[in-house]
Parts: sequence; C-alpha cells; structure tokens
Amino acid sequence: MTVQTGIQPLSVGRRAKDQAVRVLVYLAFAVAIVPLVSVLWLVVKNGLKRFDVEFLTHSMRNIGARDAGGGAYHAIIGTLEQVLLASLIAVPIGLLTAVYLVEYGNGRRLSRFISFFVDIMTGVPSIVAGLFVLAFWILVLGMPFSGFAGALSLSILMMPVVVRSTEEMLRLVPNELREASYALGVPKWRTIVKVVLPTAFTGIVTGVMLAVARVAGETAPLLLTVFFTDSINEDPFNGPQMGLPLYVFGQSSLPQDIAIDRAWTGALTLILIVMLLNLVARLISWWRSPAKRG
Amino acid sequence: MATSLPKTEGGPAVSRSAFRRSRGDGPFRFLSVGSGVILLAIMAAIAVFLVVKAIPALQANTSHFLTELTWNPNATKPVFGIGALAFGTVVSSFLALIISTPVAVGVALFISHYAPRRLASILGYVVDLLAAVPSVVYGLWGVTFLVPFMLGPSKFLNDYLAWIPLFGGDSVVGKSMLTASLVLAIMILPIIAAISREVFLQAPKLQEEAALALGATRWEMIRMAVLPFGRPGVITAALLGLGRAMGETIAVALIFPATFTISFRILSPNGNSIAANIANGFGEATPIGRGALIASGLVLFVITLVVNTAARLIIARRKEYARAAA
Repeated sequence: MTVQTGIQPLSVGRRAKDQAVRVLVYLAFAVAIVPLVSVLWLVVKNGLKRFDVEFLTHSMRNIGARDAGGGAYHAIIGTLEQVLLASLIAVPIGLLTAVYLVEYGNGRRLSRFISFFVDIMTGVPSIVAGLFVLAFWILVLGMPFSGFAGALSLSILMMPVVVRSTEEMLRLVPNELREASYALGVPKWRTIVKVVLPTAFTGIVTGVMLAVARVAGETAPLLLTVFFTDSINEDPFNGPQMGLPLYVFGQSSLPQDIAIDRAWTGALTLILIVMLLNLVARLISWWRSPAKRG
Repeated sequence: MATSLPKTEGGPAVSRSAFRRSRGDGPFRFLSVGSGVILLAIMAAIAVFLVVKAIPALQANTSHFLTELTWNPNATKPVFGIGALAFGTVVSSFLALIISTPVAVGVALFISHYAPRRLASILGYVVDLLAAVPSVVYGLWGVTFLVPFMLGPSKFLNDYLAWIPLFGGDSVVGKSMLTASLVLAIMILPIIAAISREVFLQAPKLQEEAALALGATRWEMIRMAVLPFGRPGVITAALLGLGRAMGETIAVALIFPATFTISFRILSPNGNSIAANIANGFGEATPIGRGALIASGLVLFVITLVVNTAARLIIARRKEYARAAA
C-alpha cells in the first residue's frame, strides 16, 4: 500500500485534546440553553393556570391577601402607557442624536464625546435611572409618583439603545444617495429627512422595537417612580400607576400560593408582550432590510 | 458652518451657496446637536441630583458611610454605611462572572467555529433570547424554582468541600449568595457570549486557514489564531457583563437574604447588594432613608461607571472591534 509521505497521522494525544474541547464547547452551549428552557417551561406551565379573561380584565382592587381571583388589567394598561410615553420621549432624542453623530459629527470632538457617553449610558443600571427620576422629578421638583415619572426613567434607559441602532442603520445608507441628492441642489437637511431617513426607515423601526421590548420588562425604575397601586389608573400623569413587571415583583414577594400563581401569569403576559415586540422587530428587519437592498 | 461639508461628504464639489440658501438647515442641525447635548446633560444631571439628594442624609448619618456595615437610616439617630452592601455587590458579581465567562466563551466558540453554518445564526438568536427574558421573571424563577433546587447541591458542597472557606459554615440555605450569583451568571451570559462571538468571527481567516493547512487540529487552530486575537474582546465582554451584574436589581432582590454582614460563606444565609437593598428598602424609607438609598445608588453609579469606562477603553483601542462594540 502506498503511504502518503510526509504527512503523519494525528497523534492520539492531539486528537484526544481536540475531541475533548469539542465536547466541552458543545456542553457549554447545552448548559446555556438549560436555564432558558427551564424558565420558559415553568412560565408557560404555571402561567396558564390563571391566564383567563378575569386576569386580563380585572384589577387587584378589593382583592384581599388570601382571596383568589384578581387580575393585572391595571398593570397591563400602566405598562402600555408608560412604554408609549417613554418611546415618545426617547425616540426623537435618540433619532436626532444618531443623525448628528452620522451626518454632522464627522469625528469632531463633541461627536466623539457624545458617542463615548452614549456607550457609558448603556451601562447605567436601571435602578440608578429610577433613583435619578426620584431625586430630580419627585423630590426636587415635587412632582407626584405617576406613570409619567416611570416613563421618564424608562426613556433614559431607552435613549442609548435607540441611538446605537439608528446610528448603525444610518451608516448603512450608501453615500451615493446623499451625493445624488446634493447634486440636484437639495439642501442637507432635506436630504436627511427625504432620502437618508426613509432609506433606513425599516432598520430604525426594528431598533426602536427592540429598545421598547427591552424597557417593557424593566422593574427597578418603576419601583421608585410609579409606586404600587391595586386600582386601575388610566391617567399616567396623576397618581400612582401600576406596571406589569412591578405587578409580578409585588405578587412574587407575597407568601401565598395564590399570589405566586398570579405572578407566574403576569410573567407569562409580560414575556408574551416582549416576545411579540421582538418578533415584530425581526419580521420588519427580515421583510425589508436596507442592508440587503442597498 | 457649511465650510467643511463638501469635502467631508466625499461628494463632488458643491457650491457652498447651495447649503447657505436653505433656511431649514440651521434649525435642523440645531435640533440634532441639541439632542446630543441633552444626552450629555442627562448623564451630568444623574450625577448632580444624586449628590444633591444624598448630602442631607449623609450629614445626618451618625456613622462613617464608607466603612459602616449596618443599614438603619430610618432610626431617629440614623446609622448606615455602604460597607456590607458594596461587599455583597462586588462578591456576587465577580462570582457570577467566574461562573459565566467560561460557559459564554464556549457558547461563542460553538456558534462561531463549531456549529454548522446554517444553524449558527439561529442558535445565536436562541442564546440572545436569554437576554430578552425580563429580570423580574428570572427573579420569580429563581425564588420559586432555583432556591429550593439549590439546597441539594449546596448541602453536597458543604458536606464534602467545607475545608474550602467559601463552602464552610454551619447553616446551608437556598437563599444564598451562591444562588443569587447563579441567577446573575445566567443573566450576563448572553451579553458576554454575544460580544465574544462577534470578536471570534472577526479573527483573521487567513491565519485560521494557514494553521489548518499546517495540520493543526481545530482546537489548535483556535488556540493559535482565534483566542489570541479575541482575548481583549473577551475581557471587554466580561467587564460589560460585570457592570450589568452589579446593577441588576429585581432578580437578586427576591433571592438575597438581605443581611448586613461581611462573610465569604456563600452557602450561608448572608448576602445583599446595593441595588437589592434599594428595591427592598424603598417602601418603608423615611426622607433620610430615601437620601441614604440615593447615596448608595450614587456609589453603585460610580462603580459601574468605572467598570464600563474600562471596558470601553479596551474596545476603543482596537479598531477591528468597532463592530462588536455596538
């Protein structure tokens, strides 16, 4: 038999090491998936118990500690309003900041400075954002605890995410489009509004949806800003308002099983909302990706 | 204002008057610069207002804030200090980092170099889903499932490895530092894995192929070409994960036994963190108590600021990581 000269078969030791690492790497992935499966499984299994019409349409008003029933309607309303208000504050600021960084910044000192602090802002703990709104809005300005105060703290967490994702999308817009627009005598700001932003639109929407999904699950800042309530409060500017994550937190710190069940169902509702937002975001980006079309 | 525009846009030479003529350009530019400045102002305001509201409480404190262990700011003679809380925050976060980083690097390697190409992006998305689960859900899961579950393994560690000081102690509980760190580890895993993956994917393909062509096994190729390239990226990822773990509130607020002691016995009923203490103590806080919590939040803000800045500086030094930093 002719043996290939010069190439020696892999020694046992090297082959064993290679295989061992392969097994470890596969194992690492399996280990990472276990908690995800466990969390999702328990949320679905325990959450479905109370996932009924009463839960979605009733508040916790006049529900005693040991009473069954009750729901999270007040919390769902609160979360939707707070997240919407937070988006109304954070999206314009984040969008315009990204426009500045990409279209006007050009490596100037201010733009590098802002860019750096956007990164740092991403790392601000959510509870610190809540404390800031507590200190500034509620203690110094003397405003009441309200859904709007919660929205303020959520918007601080949302801004850097919106800036980063929008910036990435704006950089994907081909320069030729801008140049063609200038060549036609269109001023810069109209070029941005009529050419650059529409081209990147779907990507921006995707980023915003992901940012919304991220803050919708935040509990810590709400704890310090919207306060607890068991009643329905549809006005986010007046008086304490509940939020869904806060509802889950409140119910899960109670000792009764009936409260834990409500917490699980609240968690299921929350995950459904977050996953839905994520899914919509992915669908939009998959449907019309500027990167692919560019 | 328009002087540098034609050049920096890289387009054909456009007459400056084309820009001057537009009346909307000034206001629009002003708006976008203003938004950027608002962001900076918010960061500054966070620091300023936390300091302003912390000062009265710190002045009322009858003990030394940085070294005192107990937390009793609601008493008529307020006594409180950050000592035990800062200790718990740092220890639980580092423990989470030690647990999480090896697994996260393995996951990143799996997705970048082991998994079949078609599956890789889907599997990456599955790992990212871990980050999409709200922290309060991890808290609920931790307190109802993981806390009772950890009792067995904790007893085992205590029975057989008690000679290691970490696992010593007489009472072993589920609501321990170890369980809290484990939940933190799960929560920071997707962050570390995602950044490491991006960095590993950018390892120079030519070097990888050269290593394989010289007869290296896959592991040898990874050790020679991928890991040296990715090391600073992994360090950055770990630091960002550390920052996230330190600021994590709700999940650990439900799990920590909320004591104010300093102990390395991670299986015993010890442990607390700055963030968890704020969440648990806010409800019954007096005005001085609120100020004290704000002061502790200021400490947390500074610690995470330092950690995150360090991470960003490492990543900024290397241009090729620019994409992963996003």
